Amino acid sequence: MAETLHFELVSPEKLLRSGEVFMVVVPGTEGDFGVLPGHAPLVSTIRPGAIQVFPTSMNDVPERIFIDGGFAEVGPDGLTILAESAIPVGELDIEGTARDLAAARDALRTASGEPDIAAAELRIAKLEAMQAVAVN
Amino acid sequence: MASLKALKLRITSIKSTQKITKAMKMVAAAKLRRSQEAAEAARPYSERMAAVMASLGSRITVGPESPKLLAGTGNDQTYLLVVVTSERGLAGGFNTNIVRMARKRADELLAQGKMVKLLLAGRKGRAVFVRTHRDMILDTLDLVHGKAQKFADAQAIAQQVIDRFNHGEFDIAELFFSRFRSALVQEPTTVQLIPAALPVAKSAEPAVPAGGPPPAAIEYEPDEEAILADLLPRNLGVQIFRAMLENQASFFGAQMTAMDNATRNAGDIITRLTIVYNRTRQAAITTELIEIIAGAESL
Repeated sequence: MAETLHFELVSPEKLLRSGEVFMVVVPGTEGDFGVLPGHAPLVSTIRPGAIQVFPTSMNDVPERIFIDGGFAEVGPDGLTILAESAIPVGELDIEGTARDLAAARDALRTASGEPDIAAAELRIAKLEAMQAVAVN
Repeated sequence: MASLKALKLRITSIKSTQKITKAMKMVAAAKLRRSQEAAEAARPYSERMAAVMASLGSRITVGPESPKLLAGTGNDQTYLLVVVTSERGLAGGFNTNIVRMARKRADELLAQGKMVKLLLAGRKGRAVFVRTHRDMILDTLDLVHGKAQKFADAQAIAQQVIDRFNHGEFDIAELFFSRFRSALVQEPTTVQLIPAALPVAKSAEPAVPAGGPPPAAIEYEPDEEAILADLLPRNLGVQIFRAMLENQASFFGAQMTAMDNATRNAGDIITRLTIVYNRTRQAAITTELIEIIAGAESL
């Protein structure tokens, strides 16, 4: 297997990762998709969840990184993921997430008005995704 | 003529001021380097963002159905000016330049009969606007000083701008900050935030080497409009974040220059005062000698 996929993970603050990998599985808004070398050009939004990076082959244990939404771009020069925050799954704080989630649910109960409710729901969705990723 | 003692005291005091300005200059230089690095590190993200926005922009025609952040409200009655200044002073004309530009724009708009609202980030801008345009200030936000700017802060500002926009508080938003040209040159700049100005794509499709297969059409998932709707608020955050970073770098550049001038100025004053001091001392000695000689002769 000669071909590799050039993969970049970028946050607004810095370039987090840049390197050659075998495959990346991205949680797109409309479903997960795997990106192999030579993938057709694609732009997709990402829902909060874990991306899986396979360094050399299908049989690797994937490296999992939690991403708080963002978007992915596949072009001729590889895959670029723009994410506002990215945390390796191993570093997720399970208890802290559970606490934040409980707090966010409280906030939703007491929230009034359209924007507050929407913001609380968004936060809960993110935290739930984070929890689901962390526990598995 | 000031007494010898008073002169000596003044020289000592100016010397210690010079020490402080010298130290501040060096601190500013170190921080300038760090904030330049931070601005550099943020570049890939905003470049990619601009590239995607550009390729999206070339496929979408702005119409009444486009997201409001792109198409605007179809009105230009109320302007929101977002002014980013610094948290600290002692940087020469840095804050004054930004504020002056924003104030000129505000007065210009007012003269045209438009409504102006202000959103101020950074403490230094507030002091000026409170005096002149108090009733137009919607909110003021504090920034972190010195340390690396947080994207979360930029996002919070962006969120506030978007919320207010969705509530119909304004039609057009403009951002004022200082662009970093070099350590010596900072340029007050204004950027239109809403409606978003799509960067113009150099070519709609990625370039391919000659003779290669024609480029495959980019697939959008979900469709272009949905991605754009998701991207626009993010792009706003990125633009504000960039402004904050550039502003930070500009601030330290301006502070470095200001402190360098102050140090040199203090040196000049010290030289001048030392000459006066020596002359005065010499005059005193001469007077004493004359008195002694006159006394000796009269004996």
